[in-house]
Amino acid sequence: MRFWRRHSELVCRDAVALMTAYLDGELDDRDRTRLETHLADCPHCSEYLAQLRVTIDALGHVDIDELSDEALDDLVHLYRQWRAG
Amino acid sequence: MPVAVNRGCGAVVTSDAVDDDLALVDRLRAGDETAFVEVVRSYQARLMRLAQATVGSRAVAEEVCQDTWLAVFRGVERFEGRSSFKTWLFKVLLNRAHTTAARELRAGRSDDDVIERFDANGAWAEPPVPWSDRVDDALVAERLAHRVQDLLPALSELQRQVVVLHDVEGLDSTDVATLLGITEGNQRVLLHRGRAKLRECLAAELGMDR
Repeated sequence: MRFWRRHSELVCRDAVALMTAYLDGELDDRDRTRLETHLADCPHCSEYLAQLRVTIDALGHVDIDELSDEALDDLVHLYRQWRAG
Repeated sequence: MPVAVNRGCGAVVTSDAVDDDLALVDRLRAGDETAFVEVVRSYQARLMRLAQATVGSRAVAEEVCQDTWLAVFRGVERFEGRSSFKTWLFKVLLNRAHTTAARELRAGRSDDDVIERFDANGAWAEPPVPWSDRVDDALVAERLAHRVQDLLPALSELQRQVVVLHDVEGLDSTDVATLLGITEGNQRVLLHRGRAKLRECLAAELGMDR
């Protein structure tokens, strides 16, 4: 039992390495349980995970630059040239 | 525990989205200029962002985008709807970008940008300074969202591409790996390093750099 516990518990470095797959829902049940068990006891890794979530959320709210009228006109011109052969 | 991650423009390709894509492509094939204008309005800025993530220079990125549109005019007949139109468009752009600028393969880059710090036992040597609770403040959240795009140049080329495609554009891991010609395992490593680097940059923005 002690042998199993030693090999199933994660250290922080391993927990951090699993976080991207965890956040993307790509961990299998065993690794997800191991990670969540570690997180329940480790405030540093929990904070790190929270900061990764903030980072991903910020990336999901990156603004799209406005397309200028000039840039659109240039591309429509390109399109018409191509259509005209 | 359910895991909710904001995926930018949405990672799921619904049947409605596929139908919309196919309808749009039909109009493009028919030479409908308004369809082209719609596509340009929707995608030109995104193409520029991905092109800049790939080739670096804005001037070269503009050239890559123009080449991409020409390739789209010629190639739209071959779009079969197996991927979303957006994914197909990104693939065309990446092909053009790799033709225009020699690709610098950095997938093998390993230890120079590992930024988490652990001791010999794998425990934190320098634990992260807490700041995530400060982002509950809407003003701080808005500031971070505004800043994170400016921080992308801190990443390597492939990290930038993976982060932009996955976390900004919302493509899933399989599509990102396919588009970039890398394995899903490599994609995950690049995504992890890119996010970790940006996390560190955001911490510095908040004066909490560790």
